[in-house]
Amino acid sequence: MSSGTPNPNAGGLFAKHYILEKNPILLLIAILIVVAIGGVVQIAPLFYLEGTVEKVEGMRPYSPLEIAGRNVYVREGCYLCHSQMIRSLRDEVERYGHYSLAAESMYDHPFQWGSKRNAPDLARVGLRYTDSWHIAHLKDPRSVVPQSIMPSYAFLASAELDAREIADAMRANRLVGVPYTDEMIADADADLKTQIDPDSKDAAAFQKRYPKAQLRKFNGESAALTEADAVVAYLQMLGTLVDFNLYDDKANLR
Amino acid sequence: MQAVTTKKSMRGGEISLIAVLAIAALACLTIAVKTIEPAFAFHMALGVVASTAGIYAILQRYSGRAAETPPLEIDGKPNYNFGPVKFCTLAALLWGVAGMAVGVYIAFELAYPWLNIAPWFNFGRLRPLHTSAVIFAFGGNVLVASSFYVVQRTSRARLAGDLAPWFVALGYNAFIVVAGTGYLLGVTQGKEYAEPEWYSDVWLTIVWVTYLLVFLGTLWRRKEPHIYVANWFYLAFIVTIAMLHLGNNATIPISPFSAKSVILWGGVQDAMFEWWYGHNAVGFFLTAGFLGIMYYFVPKRAERPVYSYRLSIIHFWALIFLYIWAGPHHLHYTALPDWAQTLGMTFSLMLWMPSWGGMINGLLTLSGAWDKLRTDPVLRMLVVSVAFYGMSTFEGPVMAIKTVNSLSHYTDWTIGHVHSGALGWVAFVSFGALYCMVPWLWNKRELYSIRLVNWHFWISTLGIVLYITSMWVSGILEGLMWRSYTAQGYLEYSFIETVAAMHPFFVIRALGGVLFVTGYLLMVYNVFMTIRAGEEAAASARPSLQPAE
Repeated sequence: MSSGTPNPNAGGLFAKHYILEKNPILLLIAILIVVAIGGVVQIAPLFYLEGTVEKVEGMRPYSPLEIAGRNVYVREGCYLCHSQMIRSLRDEVERYGHYSLAAESMYDHPFQWGSKRNAPDLARVGLRYTDSWHIAHLKDPRSVVPQSIMPSYAFLASAELDAREIADAMRANRLVGVPYTDEMIADADADLKTQIDPDSKDAAAFQKRYPKAQLRKFNGESAALTEADAVVAYLQMLGTLVDFNLYDDKANLR
Repeated sequence: MQAVTTKKSMRGGEISLIAVLAIAALACLTIAVKTIEPAFAFHMALGVVASTAGIYAILQRYSGRAAETPPLEIDGKPNYNFGPVKFCTLAALLWGVAGMAVGVYIAFELAYPWLNIAPWFNFGRLRPLHTSAVIFAFGGNVLVASSFYVVQRTSRARLAGDLAPWFVALGYNAFIVVAGTGYLLGVTQGKEYAEPEWYSDVWLTIVWVTYLLVFLGTLWRRKEPHIYVANWFYLAFIVTIAMLHLGNNATIPISPFSAKSVILWGGVQDAMFEWWYGHNAVGFFLTAGFLGIMYYFVPKRAERPVYSYRLSIIHFWALIFLYIWAGPHHLHYTALPDWAQTLGMTFSLMLWMPSWGGMINGLLTLSGAWDKLRTDPVLRMLVVSVAFYGMSTFEGPVMAIKTVNSLSHYTDWTIGHVHSGALGWVAFVSFGALYCMVPWLWNKRELYSIRLVNWHFWISTLGIVLYITSMWVSGILEGLMWRSYTAQGYLEYSFIETVAAMHPFFVIRALGGVLFVTGYLLMVYNVFMTIRAGEEAAASARPSLQPAE
């Protein structure tokens, strides 16, 4: 065979292709149908197949301070080096902990699983290090890990957290399915401050709204509410919500 | 010559575009005043300036233009509209310098972290700048330029629309400016390759729909009975990218006065949407679109017809059908359900076949013209790009196999694989197309210097070899170190030991990047000199076209 065009009278499928080659609109429609199939088959079932997202105890929406920290995490592009997805492989489970469940990121809009590990996975980094380690590490990574190649994030420790839009962010998250209650949204601004003040009279109510939330001043180097407080609050809760002593793998076999 | 019959008046397109831009300017102004976010205010101010400049440009053009619309044909020959093509060609060259230079810089940042300058020039902010600048700014402009060129010549028709092609060219580049400055300022959706926030996405949607309409409209008025194969690929690229863009950017702004948005999909569903988009940004932006380039420029430069018409048909439909399924291979062993992972792996393996079918169709087009490779470095670049295409479309399916992926995922092997495709295939086929197109567009007899093309070819090829071999070694080393156990059954290496082990390879990779950029700069100089000092082509020497049939 060579470049010659097939005889249009020869019949067969290739001759029929002439119809598409002569009509841009038909060609466009045919392309759309062909490229739509794969996506529909792979994506649509994820919204209705039971077991896609496991049923677990303990998952809750992020507290205002945590979601503010997550926003900083996204803003700085941390996901480009740190994954948040422990694969079900022996070495990963031994290095980072129980493999990640879909349920653990079900309130993540957007997801932050990442695709490259220039740096360790953070899916279960919560409570592994102290707050002061995190602050020192953010300010000068090589002061605590000499061979680290992480950039310095010293500016987070002095930047005051601008959380004026935090209730808006929670409201938008509720629109897309994160179960924030009216109370959570109404108290968003107050809860921001409560989380860094464990002696506050609202502490108990806050703790009830956000079980397992950690209340303390995360950035000990500044009296103000800084971006570093938010980031460390977020890092310290990663992977701490589901209790894997109680989690039943078998119940969620897919 | 003075036409008395037509009185000059504003065309419908001019009036409506002025109206659109006026509304955009007002909306931007309102938001700029009301938002509390400095970065958002900056972007909205840019929007005001750009929209106003657009209105001014339309009025300027109006006062200078003739009353009639430009004729579709002059003396029986199509009156091609190459203005937007030239603009996007130059824009591609410019963005290429920026995107590749940033790539080299962040490569050095990984080797020497003190190069990070917080907050603007930290790796996390520059990396999206690099990927977007090379893919969407360089690659995108090459695609817009080449598609507008190819669709006109293969249809023997003037580009559809009066202002629309210019709106596409300028609007697309405005999108790039907003996206790029946004990354530096920390405006991002946090989704790889889809980082621009909701307002940039809305703008891009408007531009992209116009792009589709211009392309379709040009096909519609074609003088050739058949739509040429390159245009099938361009059309699939344009329409599929629109679909992917809308699906993966379905976000709700947290308020009209905030740049921040949240995406409709969460967790595992968002992951699937992301890699459905991400892998097919590769499949349709970086593959289908550039295959359109291959199907026009390789036959043209080799002066041989495409090897097989039937293979083109099979190649086209099989490729676009199978590609869409491949996304889940980015999510092996994750919390994505197994059935989806298996589908992703299976289709990725099948994808090898149409990919190589396309490679074969491209390479065998050289039948009877292989000797030209010795004398024509431009053709050599095009052919080597097809060879790299073959190599990376073999490597891809291999890496999509779950067991291989368990080693390669999260490592530099992925980065090396991407760059063998991006540098070897996408960039080289673009260089080949640009080297062809520049003399044609500016009506020059030949390029300023073929010798420089030769130097470009060899320097850049050496750069690619350094890049991908160092990433193979570091990626596999990294993967093996992560899973290495001692005799006692403990993990052998701490994570930071694996980071330290990467250092020499990061340095080699960065040097490979330096070589690649060096070659690229030679091209920029060569193109500049061709336009400025090249010898005019004789009127009869203008390239004529092999019709589709």
